[in-house]
Amino acid sequence: MAGLAATLGSGAMTDAIANIVDADLLFVTGSNTTEAHPIIGLEMKRAVRKFGARLILLDPREIELANFATLHLRQRPGTDVAVLNAIAHVIIRDNLTNLNFIEERTEGFDAFAASVADWTPERAEAISGVPAQDIVDAAYLYAHARNAMIFWAMGITQHTTGTDNVKACSNLALLAGHIGRPATGLNPLRGQNNVQGACDMGGLPNVFPGYQAVADEAIRRKFAAGWGVPFETFGAKPGLTVTEIIHGALKGDIRAIFIMGENPMLSDPNLTHVVEGLDAVEFLVVQDLFPNETAQMADVVLPAAGFAEKLGTFTNTERRVQLIRPAIEPPGAARPDWAITLDLAQRLGAPWQYDGPADIFAEMATVTPQYAGITYERLERGGIQWPCPTAEHPGTPVLHVGKFTRGKGLFCALEYRPPAELPDEQFPFLLTTGRILFHWHGGTMSRRSPGLEEIAPEAEAEIHPDDAARLGVAEGDPLRVTSRRGCVVAAARLTRRSSPGMVFMTFHYAESATNLLTIDAVDPTAKIPEYKVCAVQIEKLGIRNYELGIGRDTEPSNPLIPNP
Amino acid sequence: MIQPDRVVQTTCPYCGVGCQIDLHVKDGLLYRVNGRFDSPVNRGNLCVKGRFGFDFIHAPDRLTAPLLRHDRGEPFAARHATTWDAALDHVAGRLRAIRDAHGPDSIAFLLSAKCTNEENYLVQKLARAVVGTHNVDHCARL
Repeated sequence: MAGLAATLGSGAMTDAIANIVDADLLFVTGSNTTEAHPIIGLEMKRAVRKFGARLILLDPREIELANFATLHLRQRPGTDVAVLNAIAHVIIRDNLTNLNFIEERTEGFDAFAASVADWTPERAEAISGVPAQDIVDAAYLYAHARNAMIFWAMGITQHTTGTDNVKACSNLALLAGHIGRPATGLNPLRGQNNVQGACDMGGLPNVFPGYQAVADEAIRRKFAAGWGVPFETFGAKPGLTVTEIIHGALKGDIRAIFIMGENPMLSDPNLTHVVEGLDAVEFLVVQDLFPNETAQMADVVLPAAGFAEKLGTFTNTERRVQLIRPAIEPPGAARPDWAITLDLAQRLGAPWQYDGPADIFAEMATVTPQYAGITYERLERGGIQWPCPTAEHPGTPVLHVGKFTRGKGLFCALEYRPPAELPDEQFPFLLTTGRILFHWHGGTMSRRSPGLEEIAPEAEAEIHPDDAARLGVAEGDPLRVTSRRGCVVAAARLTRRSSPGMVFMTFHYAESATNLLTIDAVDPTAKIPEYKVCAVQIEKLGIRNYELGIGRDTEPSNPLIPNP
Repeated sequence: MIQPDRVVQTTCPYCGVGCQIDLHVKDGLLYRVNGRFDSPVNRGNLCVKGRFGFDFIHAPDRLTAPLLRHDRGEPFAARHATTWDAALDHVAGRLRAIRDAHGPDSIAFLLSAKCTNEENYLVQKLARAVVGTHNVDHCARL
């Protein structure tokens, strides 16, 4: 999200889901939308089939959306900047730019135009493998559209060049003026249900709630006053990111970690490193629904209530704040995370008093400008898209109308940088990771649902039939996939969805944790790890899957303790 | 057909789309989910996870009591179950001791993209205003 914050002044999705059907062009890159965000995928398909929208897909894999695409550009993983720079090159070269928009609403155009002057489609083809003519066609389709929306997800951001990839998308929208109106814009699809909200709430080391920088003295004074604590409580230096926290634990700088509702033992890159880090801290607290891999390492485990057992709000990918409501009681002594946190704060000497989630929300709204006009009473009548500055304000479906959050939209000159680790003789395959429809993230929720588990019970490694033939691998054969960091076993899935030389795996399966393989090289700005590219070797194992016991066990993998 | 004791409108906890759903409850058990047609987000639609992926809430391995152990070498077992008072007193005591000995920046908090806004707000406030550190992050990047 750092990319859009730099170019527009706000890192969130700029348009609304309901406007997708009004776009006449959808440009989707690094998002397997129909599997990872199925209901948005449904709207995209409806826009194409029912309303005649065209779809440009920029993705290395032949995902379901490829069937709906006018144009499918299959770039080599990690070469996005080259392709996007070349599309910008064609838009400028062939005078397809929206000059009025560039003049009135942007800055940095001349320097940017100079920077892409030598990014010819042919040069991009040599790097990315995307035919030069397809790049030209994409430029014309995008620039000529009346209303074009760009979508992306982790396929763009989970690279060491993630921030650059986002800026490259932003450059296209600014060139064509496809932003600041309904059915246009730059639309990062957020993964987790409340990742937008967790960011909005200051769940980041450099900002208080509402993206208010901790480095800004006036902001620190505001929060000291708002929270009734001395100004000196807050340092001016941003804290550490997840990856840095793990490094800090290994160095002995971090002595205690408190984890709420996360399982870094499955979701973080280079897992071996994470294990060592969590092992090194003096004190580890995990608050969760389940005794997951991370909880097994903790000193204290606190049982939390699930989404159906508590009151609160989630903020979705289009910035819509919506209520969750309790339908059932939490099991045993489990309690909502907010109640646990409140108890802990009081024990640490804080004079906090809250009557419940509505009360917490009301306080939050007084220090978070984007949420200032939102109340539980209003949310009872339906979700509201932030920014919503006053009690009368209806919310904001489309951002940057008339003016960007930062004033002018900023063009960014970008150089192409290859991924941190590419295939070589020893590790000849390129591993990329993602999701499938039937499971979610670390599988904590979906793999405890027998219906889903029956459909997709075991980890698979997608490889191209040509590679399979060369290695003598048949469908379903167990493969050992090895990187410089670790190895896992998964069943071979032969498919043309991935190109020759590529392996695709999900990270849903704890018994075959793909993140043992991935690299923890990060984007220098956003600090996002490069999950989408690393080098691996694959070999066929001599035994069938069931002999290894993979994936046949639908019992929870960590039965810890029953009711005391 | 089962008649629900109650039907509660809420938000699907899987992905970032935020579909509006109805949870049908009978005898304290969630047994059916449907999409809300009045939601501008999903217009009644749901994916396979949103319709059939909620067994986890009644999973037999849900944590039901705080667990506390003094030796990380021994695996958690039923005898580690304790009361909220004992668990939270211990956590508060250890956090205070570590902060006093090594400073607030020796403590880090990982928040959650699965928890509510209110919960994330409160934990980052705990980190910043009570413990005194900006070491606050979550899996947005992952």
